[in-house]
Amino acid sequence: MTWVLALPLIIPFFTAVIAYLAKDSTAGRWWSLLGSILSLFAAFVLMVIVLREGVVAAQMGSWAAPFGITLVADLLSAVMVVITAITGLAVAIYALSDIDVAKERLGYHALFQVLIAGVQGAFLTGDLFNLYVWFEVMLISSFGLLVLGGSRAQIDGGIKYVALNLVSTILFLSGVGLLYGMTGTLNLADLSLAVDEVENTGLLTVVAVMFMIAFGVKAALFPLFFWLPAAYHTPAFSVSAVFAGLLTKVGVYALIRMFTLVFDHDVAFTHEILLWIAALTMVTGVLGAAAQQDFRKILSFHIVSQIGYMILGLALYTPLAIVGAVFYLVHHIVVKANLFLVAGVAERLTGSTDLREIGGLYKSSPLLGTLFLIPAFSLAGFPPLSGFWAKYLLVKASLDIEAWFIAFVALAVGLLTIYSMTKIWGEAFWKPHPAGVEPELRRMDRAAAFPLLLPIALLATLTIIIGLSPEPFVQFAERSAEQLLNPEAYVRAVLGGAP
Amino acid sequence: MEVMLSVLVGVLVTAAVYLMLARNVLRFLLGLILISNAANLTIFAAGRLNTSAPPLIPEGAEAPVGFVANALPQALVLTAIVIGFGLFAFALVLVFRAYEALGTLNSDEMRVAEPVEDER
Repeated sequence: MTWVLALPLIIPFFTAVIAYLAKDSTAGRWWSLLGSILSLFAAFVLMVIVLREGVVAAQMGSWAAPFGITLVADLLSAVMVVITAITGLAVAIYALSDIDVAKERLGYHALFQVLIAGVQGAFLTGDLFNLYVWFEVMLISSFGLLVLGGSRAQIDGGIKYVALNLVSTILFLSGVGLLYGMTGTLNLADLSLAVDEVENTGLLTVVAVMFMIAFGVKAALFPLFFWLPAAYHTPAFSVSAVFAGLLTKVGVYALIRMFTLVFDHDVAFTHEILLWIAALTMVTGVLGAAAQQDFRKILSFHIVSQIGYMILGLALYTPLAIVGAVFYLVHHIVVKANLFLVAGVAERLTGSTDLREIGGLYKSSPLLGTLFLIPAFSLAGFPPLSGFWAKYLLVKASLDIEAWFIAFVALAVGLLTIYSMTKIWGEAFWKPHPAGVEPELRRMDRAAAFPLLLPIALLATLTIIIGLSPEPFVQFAERSAEQLLNPEAYVRAVLGGAP
Repeated sequence: MEVMLSVLVGVLVTAAVYLMLARNVLRFLLGLILISNAANLTIFAAGRLNTSAPPLIPEGAEAPVGFVANALPQALVLTAIVIGFGLFAFALVLVFRAYEALGTLNSDEMRVAEPVEDER
């Protein structure tokens, strides 16, 4: 059991070491690809075992919980590990063509694999301090990836990204310290029992809010999201795709985990705050996107807006709402990473991501147009794509508890999302290129085009599959939400006791 | 002892917030170093400070005998210090590169990634 849980971490780390040693040759990229394939395989094995046996846990170094570090996978962790591995593989293929030799020599593939390891670690750990360590692993490798190449815009965006994320890290660390002082444990399962015995619930709520702010920065919630649109449009397209798909979602995952497992003592207070934040995040994100004129900047602001939906699911805190949040999380990673990959191809063909300077993509490359429309419509929530079901679940959940206003906000933001997507469509795809360039896919070298288009097509297929047959995915999300709202199985798997 | 540490944490956080509100990113970074040490001291104090024996397990026993000090916060703080050191080393180099590339340390003037629309 230990190996199954540890492999999704060990494989990327090993791959990173090999890729670093091979960074001066082109072998590094193939090692990275091989490692990503193996990771995906390991993730599927983990998924099968979690589906069959329920929550699984392993004690690292054989120190019994709550004293040692625990790795634990419930359905939410398992699906996040799988989707991370899928995104990782897609981006590793894309990077074959997108990342130039100069960036490879600087160690792109090693940093990328360490980033994946950090993300997987955050999803799998069952220990609060260990979660902090995985956040740091993720953070330091993302710093490296963000400024890799060192253009002026990257350095500029990097400063804001680094500064705000370091503040969040310190808040997280202080929160860990205070929570440990109150409960005497750091094991998440043990914490979920120990917080019930804390007498000073006021102080506990303060610590809960500290965690909310710390993870809120990572998840890019209103009003803490400013680092995201400042930085995400500056690095290489592979990098911004993997950031957009995964990094903020680790923050969302941490929020879901902490506010279902540990901080459920004062739901009326904490989740009420989350509800308002969710509404404001959705609205500011989508309005910010409406004001932008750059392909990637529009998409960056949409990450913020979409995070609001997931937090909405957590904030409503009904079984159906959590189902919606989990479904949304999975759908969003696939769609958002894909849109950034499309932006990369668009830039390659037209020479820019500024919508005023490009155009004509639909006429000369209809294939790319189709591949853009699938994730874009899914993001906006068109049936029968995955985004429709995700939004449907969340709006249904809010209507069920008569939260009319929030349901209205969710629908209105969906409408504004269509506005931004049609703006990209109209500017980049429909109108003729202002400089008269005919951006044909055919003119790209076939060896360069194939690795760019393959992952886009794969992720788009996944979106369609989720959209056309949502039943198994919703059932999965239902089981996962049940585990989240009734953490007994989680606690029992970690701490042992009567099975 | 905990009171003294709390006061020290308070002083560190005050100084750090003052520094972090500056527009100069180098001052911000110095503030960050101070506040991260305040966080480390918080963890240290959260583990309860007293004058009990060192946490050593006598030969043949399974657990320490009598009251012993809590060793875990020290392990946590040590980890946090090491991670923090790495991050600050990176951040310092980044600030230096920013000064070279952008010619300024004033965060208000760092507009390369997000240019003001009218200037274009």
